Amino acid sequence: MSIIGIRVHTIREQWPGALAIVVALIFWECYAAFITRNSFLLPGPADVLLAFISLAEKGILLTDFEVSMTHFAIGLILALIIGIPIGIAMGWNRRADEFLNPLIEILRPIPPLAWIPFAIIWFGFTPVSAGFVIFMGAVFPILINTYAGFQGVSRIFVEAGRMLGCTRTLDQIRYIAFPAALPSVVSGIRIATGVGWMCLVAAELFGVSNNGLGKDLWFYYDLHQMDSVVVYMLILGLIGLAIDMVFRYYIDRHFLKWRTGEVA
Amino acid sequence: MGKLEILNLNQSFPRDDGTRLAVLENISLEVQDEEFVCILGSSGCGKTTLLRLIAGLDTAGSGRVILDGEEIRGTSPKVGMVFQEYSLFPWRSVIDNIAFGLEMRGIAKDERYRIAERYLNLVNLSQFRTSYPSELSGGMRQRVAVARALALDPVLLLMDEPFGALDAQTRNMLQKELLDIWEATKKTIVFITHSVDEAVYLSDRIIVLTPRPGRICRIFPVDLPRPRDRTSPEFAKVRRGVLDLINQNCAIQ
Ligand SMILES: Nc1ncnc2c1ncn2[C@@H]1O[C@H](COP(=O)(O)OP(=O)(O)O)[C@@H](O)[C@H]1O
Ligand SMILES: [Mg+2]
Repeated sequence: MSIIGIRVHTIREQWPGALAIVVALIFWECYAAFITRNSFLLPGPADVLLAFISLAEKGILLTDFEVSMTHFAIGLILALIIGIPIGIAMGWNRRADEFLNPLIEILRPIPPLAWIPFAIIWFGFTPVSAGFVIFMGAVFPILINTYAGFQGVSRIFVEAGRMLGCTRTLDQIRYIAFPAALPSVVSGIRIATGVGWMCLVAAELFGVSNNGLGKDLWFYYDLHQMDSVVVYMLILGLIGLAIDMVFRYYIDRHFLKWRTGEVA
Repeated sequence: MGKLEILNLNQSFPRDDGTRLAVLENISLEVQDEEFVCILGSSGCGKTTLLRLIAGLDTAGSGRVILDGEEIRGTSPKVGMVFQEYSLFPWRSVIDNIAFGLEMRGIAKDERYRIAERYLNLVNLSQFRTSYPSELSGGMRQRVAVARALALDPVLLLMDEPFGALDAQTRNMLQKELLDIWEATKKTIVFITHSVDEAVYLSDRIIVLTPRPGRICRIFPVDLPRPRDRTSPEFAKVRRGVLDLINQNCAIQ
């Protein structure tokens, strides 16, 4: 099992992974200290640690974190609010599907970052602007997975529901189709958080805001402080990992526990 | 009450080439209150189609289904159904599956668990109250499905080859349990099967259908007293009678 796998791990299971990280750190430090010997080209772990301490002392990291999480939350919440209802409508109702499908198919392949110019024109240098770019990245995975989940709801469940008095469309969606489709919806949201997180850096980096982890990563690059750049890279990676862990541990366990033991 | 009248039912489905596939032809049948009838027919003869019409899940091409004097025009809480496939909601625990219909009816939580608990006991699964369907064997799942259908206290229980996918031993056990439940609850039961043995063991009357398009070939009363012993000569005699009838009159012509 990998160190970030789904099971709870014993130390015995984890040590090879931890060992790999330690070896990589040592190799990295030696390579930086003895071979490149240039903290601009390749800052070593020690440089990075010092940069982290100095950034943390200045309080920049916390501000950046807050700003980025605001952008991320705006984008993701918008994507949920818009993606889930449209996905439900299209997955449940054939007419809605026929009506919206071509439009979605045209919009979907546009890379989210291509929306940055319009994000700036429409929303200026506000958090909504970065949020919009993240939204464009996150909304399609949510929409498509919700759609697929609702389309895949077995007829037998709907009919069993009808026999038990679940006859109104809204009740069928709420009590049958939604819970049946939930695993697919959740995996869509999980993909969306990953895509959204990638878009975040680019959105901030292209100047739609004055703070944020992505923005300051670029700022320190302009100052040629590559050790600080690495600090931001690692933080971005760790937050992305943390968000994914929420899904692996919390959401899968608490909302989808009925799937344990089920043959997919 | 639970008196079922089926009048001149016909059903056909459109085929790709534009013609129609006749599945049921002129089915007329009366089932008395508290009667247990089995509908026996080969695979594909239209048994499920017939049961879906009685359930109100589909609309017949022509003909009528009347329950206690009222025509069936859609699903109704007076009719419960156990499906051929596993139909428990996998995201709900056993008790919440059984309580589903009561929840749809707006019955308060305490009350619906109280009722659901009773049916859970009736099918002898109290210790699986909080299990999920994926944790249950096929036989247990169908028992929960029976409890779920009964929880709304329907007058008519429809069962579509509910034990068809189970091994012989489990199947025999569930047949016996079903008869106990029937004695205890006094429902009218229409039970579909393609097994002569099952039909003879369970029913008051066996309705034998012809191969597609399904028509009623014969109605065979089973007068053996219950509990029936599958190994008794009387049982064997009735079973042979049904088999002979099928071979001589109701087989593919
Ligand atoms: N909704 C439908 N559309 C088209 N054909 C159907 C439909 N439902 C059933 N049939 C056909 O009707 C015939 C009888 O089906 P069914 O009632 O399921 O048989 P049984 O339950 O006796 O095995 C089969 O040939 C099947 O393919
Ligand atoms: Mg069938």
